[in-house]
Amino acid sequence: VSDRKPPETLPRDPRIEDPAMASLPKGPPAQELEPEQELMTINMGPHHPATHGVLRLVVTLQGENVLDVVPIVGYVHTGIEKSCEQHPYWKVIPFVERMDYLSYFFQMEAFCGNIERQVGLEIPDRAKYLRVMHMELNRLHSHLVWLGTSALDLGAISMFWYCFRERDKVLDLFEMSTGQRMHTRYFQVGGVIEDIPIGFERNLRKFIDQMPSRIDQYEALLDSNEIFLRRTKNVGIVPRERLLELGVTGPLLRAAGEPWDLRKATPYLAYPELEFSIPVGTVGDGYDRYRVRMQEMRESVRIIEQCLDGLPEGPFRADDRKYSLPPRDELSVSMEALIHHFKLVTEGFRVPPGELYYAIEGPRGELGCFIVADGSAKPVRVHYRDPSFVNLQAMCVGGYVADMVQNLAMLDPILGGIDR
Amino acid sequence: MPDAPGLELIAQEINAAEEGTVLETAYEQDRARLIVDSEKVLPALRWLRDTPSQRYRFLSSLHAADYLPGEPRFAVHYELLNRDRVERISVKALLADGGDALPELDSCVEIFPTADFHEREAYDFFGIVFRGHPDMRRILMPEDYVGWPQRRDFPVGGEPVIFTRDEPDSPGWYE
Repeated sequence: VSDRKPPETLPRDPRIEDPAMASLPKGPPAQELEPEQELMTINMGPHHPATHGVLRLVVTLQGENVLDVVPIVGYVHTGIEKSCEQHPYWKVIPFVERMDYLSYFFQMEAFCGNIERQVGLEIPDRAKYLRVMHMELNRLHSHLVWLGTSALDLGAISMFWYCFRERDKVLDLFEMSTGQRMHTRYFQVGGVIEDIPIGFERNLRKFIDQMPSRIDQYEALLDSNEIFLRRTKNVGIVPRERLLELGVTGPLLRAAGEPWDLRKATPYLAYPELEFSIPVGTVGDGYDRYRVRMQEMRESVRIIEQCLDGLPEGPFRADDRKYSLPPRDELSVSMEALIHHFKLVTEGFRVPPGELYYAIEGPRGELGCFIVADGSAKPVRVHYRDPSFVNLQAMCVGGYVADMVQNLAMLDPILGGIDR
Repeated sequence: MPDAPGLELIAQEINAAEEGTVLETAYEQDRARLIVDSEKVLPALRWLRDTPSQRYRFLSSLHAADYLPGEPRFAVHYELLNRDRVERISVKALLADGGDALPELDSCVEIFPTADFHEREAYDFFGIVFRGHPDMRRILMPEDYVGWPQRRDFPVGGEPVIFTRDEPDSPGWYE
């Protein structure tokens, strides 16, 4: 037998109007703002799955509308630029490639290319082609991670698995040619560290034969997806002039209709000899950004194919023993080679005093490296102009909270690069 | 890139507009560089941006550097770009070390909005104050951080990592 009693008064359903209240005179309408008009500041991140890293956003909301977004960065600042000042130039390369962890070949090229220009070192043609090949593979890798995670943000979870399947093949190729899947330290001042191994060409050709049909599959999945289209079309538009003022480069700028690509504008490495086009969008909404990146992946495949076809024979690193390591087999027969090897590994090479800014086109835009040299074997200052860091200023304000997530995804920020 | 005579012409014209702006020109590795007085950097940038024959309307990057023990100690570099002609020019503003007072120069956010984050970064790491910047706060280091970590006299590992076994040497380190 239970001794529980029913409650004396049942909880009132607010939807039922109290007849006792109905007779009371109604006051004037409340002067306070309606709940939908009140401003609310909420915090998003830093550990939010949709921020693609450790990014914190302080968002001012009015109802569901985003009025203001203030990005707060620095959670993964590791002082890489400061650490670079303590090491000889050749030991700096592994540091700089860990900034933006999805575009390590590009950081290496920005650094090595800068040093090569400062010391006036011409690298052999084969090295140029090998560098371009790996950088374009890296662009594919970076865009695949972007596509997978962005589609995941919009609810398309299977895209994530498909993209990471192809990404893994790229990483397998990196492992084969460089020994590492990520952070390969493959480029060095004067060329690349090793030639591609036997069998690499076969594997790479297999991959690039397959890749266009994979991109077709991604597009088939997303381009006819009602949710994806509605969430990206006409959402997150920043006018082209504003993007230029904010220094935005890369796919974001091209999606807004500006055909600006440093690979074409300031030819470097083997790009002038290769044939490719620059995809351009029209309005610059999320959908255009998606289309531009998809097309860029196709162009990357084209570039890789041309690199394989036109890969010149010859040395893969410069013959200047003051800057690049002598071939391994010479060490046992040549005293001079041994001395050079010893000097390069223990002390490192020296760079004459000077300062230079060298920019290349990374997957997210202009990736620049600024190095001040003072004649010693260590740099005085290494500074990276990271495209994510600059592009983050162009976070689109307005729209709904859900659109903000889409916006951020299409911006493709890499927090490792932002915070360095 | 403007060639070496072109760079001299630019320097002369800026100096004609305002005397003593460009202190020196440098032309190395096919890169043109104007070395300007930090007090007059804003008119120089505005001239480069707005003059019809120049129109360097895109600020690619901005970096600070510490040249210790050189004099003047600091410099702020502006990497300008003309996207039509694909020409870069860099402007280097020299800044003396003010001792306890932080070095200051004018912010260029109003003519190049992209400089917002860059200037905050330069402030964060070198303690260079940009006058007129809308939000001059640290950006990458914690807000309560003390010191300017990328100055050359700031030691690597500037924050000592103290273990409990060091307690006798530095009592009360946790305070």
